Amino acid sequence: MLANNAPLPVLTPETEAFWTGGCEGKLMIMRCAQCMRRHHPPSPVCPHCYSERVAPEAVSGRAKIASFTVNHQKWLPDMKVPFVIAIVELDEQPDIRITTNIVNAPPETIHIGQSVQVLFEQHEDVWLPLFQPEKGA
Amino acid sequence: MTFGEKQVAITGIGQSEIARPSSRSALLLTIDAILAAIEDAGLTPADIDGLTTWPGRMDSDPGFGPVGTTDIKEALGLKLNYFAGGKEAPAQFGAAINAIGAIAAGLARHVVVFRTVYEATTRKQTGAGTAFGTARVPDARFQWQLPMGAMSASNWTALYAQRHFHDYGTTREQMAQIPLNCRRNAALNPKAIYRTPLTLDDYMGARMISTPLCLYDCDVPVDGATAIIFSRADAAGDLRHAPIRLEAVGSALHGRDSWDQRADLTSMAAFDAAKMMWSRTDMKPSDIDTAQLYDGFTILTMLWLEALGFCGKGESGAFIEEGTRIALAGELPLNTSGGQLSEGRVHGYGYLHEACLQLRGTAGARQIAKPVNTAVVGTGGGPLASCMLLRND
Ligand SMILES: [Zn+2]
Repeated sequence: MLANNAPLPVLTPETEAFWTGGCEGKLMIMRCAQCMRRHHPPSPVCPHCYSERVAPEAVSGRAKIASFTVNHQKWLPDMKVPFVIAIVELDEQPDIRITTNIVNAPPETIHIGQSVQVLFEQHEDVWLPLFQPEKGA
Repeated sequence: MTFGEKQVAITGIGQSEIARPSSRSALLLTIDAILAAIEDAGLTPADIDGLTTWPGRMDSDPGFGPVGTTDIKEALGLKLNYFAGGKEAPAQFGAAINAIGAIAAGLARHVVVFRTVYEATTRKQTGAGTAFGTARVPDARFQWQLPMGAMSASNWTALYAQRHFHDYGTTREQMAQIPLNCRRNAALNPKAIYRTPLTLDDYMGARMISTPLCLYDCDVPVDGATAIIFSRADAAGDLRHAPIRLEAVGSALHGRDSWDQRADLTSMAAFDAAKMMWSRTDMKPSDIDTAQLYDGFTILTMLWLEALGFCGKGESGAFIEEGTRIALAGELPLNTSGGQLSEGRVHGYGYLHEACLQLRGTAGARQIAKPVNTAVVGTGGGPLASCMLLRND
């Protein structure tokens, strides 16, 4: 069952690691071996130093909620509402943002700045990176 | 440096009916608007040598991009020296910026710029609340939103609104003033879709779409077309109406081309475009008589007010509080046709059409009482933004 019955992404050589890393429980983000900075969405060239020595690397999966919204509208007939959409910023490098869902928490408890941890939900060949509040957050 | 837009004027405006849905096809609505604009200018189709549109024809999304330049070129038999249509541009006014560039470069003399939407009809046909279907999302901008169920710009802009509420203490009561102001103005606009009074209680009790945005924070899909004629300033003087001059334009995108990666989630490309626009003129925000600013979602209008410097960063809630400042009789009348929230989502060019009516003094019952000699128009949200400063001679 899809999280929200939303459409899945097309996998490409650039994006495959991000969308399938959850198979091994890993959130994979592109990192440059030259300047060591990460970037997202994935690109074959580091946007900071233009090095091509970039590769996906696992991050901790810890992040903070930069903003969120509770979606109440069924954009597709089978969509299950309400659910929480959030932009989270990674603890390792806060300018890396991921639009995601916050799960396993009542919507009214979600807040900006909250610490969250990645978990994955498999649909076909895609592992969607979702987030849930860290214990005590 | 002589900026190219100062060699350009707006000489004609036209708009089809605005309906949900229309009984006319998207192509016929577009032709209605274009022929009206040509007639309004006192030109003939033979005078038109340029044609631009945004986003161009999009067969993948026929409600959003139903008509392209080829359709119009062939339907009207135009002889074109310049034409362009496409969505990779700084928002809706990207087509206007293309026209201005073409005229300033001497490529064309009279350019028709048009925007057609057919979203009322297509939504009715598909029964869906979004133009995005269930097919896999390609590796492009929307791949990072759609799989998470964030399938509408109402979700993407709600994320900005929530952060604005958090950082600046903005409230729903404050945000309500954008749709309430639009509805008051729409009551004076016979073409507007929603003209019945809207109260703060109606707003506060409305169902949520994507918190903190409720039903009245989201614009209304319609069928309709708008056409504006941009002309070489030295070819504009002897036409039917006094030309409207382009004082400055803004088309910049310096931040990330992304809805979610921007460093400051309460900022948008509008801040880049607005800064560029003000750098091309000696005028200041205090010189502006009216603002017509994108209101696909209310928070976008508030961010445009901040981007353009009508108030400080984070201060738009206080700026619009009570609604008096942005009302028809206020110091900065805003979205005087009712905007996309009440007139209908003609998508960007409705603001330009309305600004021209107000500058000409022909806006009828909703004409701003004080003299209107300058207007700012701004379109787009997130990574999309373009704006123009218009003035009478
Ligand atoms: Zn690098």
